Amino acid sequence: MNEALLRSLIPGVLGVLVRRGVDFAAAEDAVQDALVEAIRVWPADPPRDPRGWLVTVAWRRHLDTVRAEAARRRCEDRVEEEPQPGPTPGVDDSLQLYFLCAHPTLTPSSAVALTLRAVGGLTTRQIARAYLVPEATMAWGAPPAEGWGRISRAKRTVSGVRLDRPGDVATVLRVLYLVFNEGYSGDVDLAAEAIRLTRRLAAGIDHPEVAGLLALMLLHHARRASRTTPNGELVPLAEQDRKRWDTGMIAEGITVLQAALARDRLGEYQAQAAVAALHADARTAEETDWPQIVEWYDELVRLTDSPVARLNRAVAVGEADGPHAGLVALAELGDSANKGHPVPRYAAVAAHLHERAGDLDTAARLYAEAASRAPNLAERTHPTRQAARLNSRPR
Amino acid sequence: MGHTTTEENTMAKYLLLKHYRGAPAAVNDVPMDQWTPQEVSAHIQYMNDFAARLEKTGEFVDSQALAPEGRFVRYDGEGRPPVVDGPFAETKDLIAGWMVIDVDSEERAFELAGELSAAPGAGGEPIHEWLEVRPFLTEMSTVTE
Repeated sequence: MNEALLRSLIPGVLGVLVRRGVDFAAAEDAVQDALVEAIRVWPADPPRDPRGWLVTVAWRRHLDTVRAEAARRRCEDRVEEEPQPGPTPGVDDSLQLYFLCAHPTLTPSSAVALTLRAVGGLTTRQIARAYLVPEATMAWGAPPAEGWGRISRAKRTVSGVRLDRPGDVATVLRVLYLVFNEGYSGDVDLAAEAIRLTRRLAAGIDHPEVAGLLALMLLHHARRASRTTPNGELVPLAEQDRKRWDTGMIAEGITVLQAALARDRLGEYQAQAAVAALHADARTAEETDWPQIVEWYDELVRLTDSPVARLNRAVAVGEADGPHAGLVALAELGDSANKGHPVPRYAAVAAHLHERAGDLDTAARLYAEAASRAPNLAERTHPTRQAARLNSRPR
Repeated sequence: MGHTTTEENTMAKYLLLKHYRGAPAAVNDVPMDQWTPQEVSAHIQYMNDFAARLEKTGEFVDSQALAPEGRFVRYDGEGRPPVVDGPFAETKDLIAGWMVIDVDSEERAFELAGELSAAPGAGGEPIHEWLEVRPFLTEMSTVTE
């Protein structure tokens, strides 16, 4: 069975039901039922018209549900008007789903789950596995007295939203970026899934930031094979085997980015993609154009005013103008950057700059501190090894 | 309650608990950032191999590591936000992480804990770290009388 084909059909099928007047939450339930049924039935008995099959099954499921409810309420007369099959909806219909599923009233985790299901065509089980939570946590279905799953809660939140309302591109992009950053676990590659969804969005919406995000994802994904050792240890950019980078994907990312930049409407995703492109462009770490990277981080700081952008700028300044200049740029973040809710990777960056400035004891202490604050094992192991390297040096 | 099933040969889950603090000191008690990078790699390799081997034997359930810093939280009455305290730098007992195994016997749980404790540390020598082994409470048996 071609699962990619199956999943690409889901938003369109959902669109058909919604345009037949089915409320979004109910339509989504019916389409999910049809999807699960297709996964069960298609391998042995593939349909000639997969899309028609899905529409038919989803529509029947919906009618079954309505009839069951109607029977319960003793008002069967409600369900007899079955509308004629409508024309095949185009890309535009499914684009509306992106906006609905990333609605600003949703929490990020709910928006992510709903997007993956309604737009991505994943089953609840696949999404739950990808996020390492029990299926019930992710699920929808008959609501218990309390404890709605993420998808169910999300659908209740957006059930009153009209599908024809223009949405906010920035929220959609943030949701897709979150999906991309989750990487992959379970049987679904969330990074690849995010690229697929962003690619489709970019085909339907002419917006430089959509293109910018797609370029950013492609340029990062192209380096994935070289980013960790088989043991799961982190390989920093400067030490990655650049022969393992996916040059085709890099070329596509750069093409997409250049077209977006030519529109002269810069945004944060385009700026981040420009940094990624400059890294991808360097045949060796030494050839990296750090002064230009600093300029892009200047733009990013101007656009976002985020401490993470300032931290990355300090790294770039350290490479372009030397570690002392980098430490000055780091100091501009202020003391609060390393206390209370510290900026992620602050200690690691400080350690690296102090090491290059020759203060190895401070660097070793900061690497150990970075390890104790790391959010995952790969990012803990790396600074631990750096501390170990400095502490075990001959004195 | 009638006869118990604990004498019978059923699988049981055990928690192998690793402490940052609170366990007796290990024999080879050197913090990881004082090892050589090669020793760090050897340690990680050992841990990965151990988990992979237990997956093959069908005894591995779960393994998680925890960040060292946590907070204490408690209910503070109707309509009030919860009280949040800490982090406490002096907390005596600090859990670093755990592995859950599903094994045939307590002896097997001890045997595996012993192997995990033999993970190499400074100088490539076993750490001899103390691991706490705690049986999970079981599901109630179908036949209880």
